[in-house]
Amino acid sequence: MTASLSQARVGDALPVLTTTPISRLDLALYCGASGDHNPIHVDLDFARAAGQDDVFAHGMLSMAYLGRLLTGWAPQHQLRRFDVRFVSITHIGDAISCQGEVTAVEQVDGETRVRVALTSANQHGDIKLKGEAEFGLPN
Amino acid sequence: MIDTRFIGTELPSFSVDVEAGRLRFFAKATGNADPIYVDREAARAAGYSDIPIPPTFLFCLEMESPQPSAMRELLNIDIGKVLHGEQQFIYHRPVCVGDRITFAPRISDIYAKKGGALEFVVRQTRVTNQHDQLVAELNCVTVVRNS
Repeated sequence: MTASLSQARVGDALPVLTTTPISRLDLALYCGASGDHNPIHVDLDFARAAGQDDVFAHGMLSMAYLGRLLTGWAPQHQLRRFDVRFVSITHIGDAISCQGEVTAVEQVDGETRVRVALTSANQHGDIKLKGEAEFGLPN
Repeated sequence: MIDTRFIGTELPSFSVDVEAGRLRFFAKATGNADPIYVDREAARAAGYSDIPIPPTFLFCLEMESPQPSAMRELLNIDIGKVLHGEQQFIYHRPVCVGDRITFAPRISDIYAKKGGALEFVVRQTRVTNQHDQLVAELNCVTVVRNS
């Protein structure tokens, strides 16, 4: 796996990761496993009272999928930074596609830093998250 | 409007233990089949002291706070109106099963957009391990929808 990082070039695409459509069970499992018990993600009555048509996915579930994209490509201990902006709500039934592209390879603090632009979108191409990650390879 | 005098307020700090069972449940919930996140031997073979926490899991451990709603209560925010706007992790050292880590959160910014229809609260959290080493820094932007 390290090879892909040490040989990274600007423009390289990470292997795309696509999920199955997000189900209510997925959100229930993520609620328990993450410790994020905000009822808006699992309790339809609460979501409707809050003005939503339905429950919707935790943003951090989609960020965890992007995390899988990253750690599937390069070792996690070389990950230096990972940030995202939650662009729009992810709904039940959305199949999430996670993509990454190398945007910079540069020297910082005595190591080679590889910067990756991140996007997650649903099956219609609607952007859900945009973000960036940076890996470091000691020289 | 959220009172901006709360900028700089430190929220209660707390410590949590990193447990293998919880990480296995998280791996299942996020569809992560990589053995290093569930199996100690696979993790050790990959160079970790034990199963490492995946990249976003510090956010989950931060929810283990004895007062998880401390910020919302202090700022009088309705949970039904909040959205997660942005999340950042800066990593300094791996965190693995067996570590005991301490979270020190503070409110670093409060601002409004669209004439107050949207308000933003930024929480900055420093995370240290049982050896007092800085392992990570988190920045979380919460959006409050007032419209």
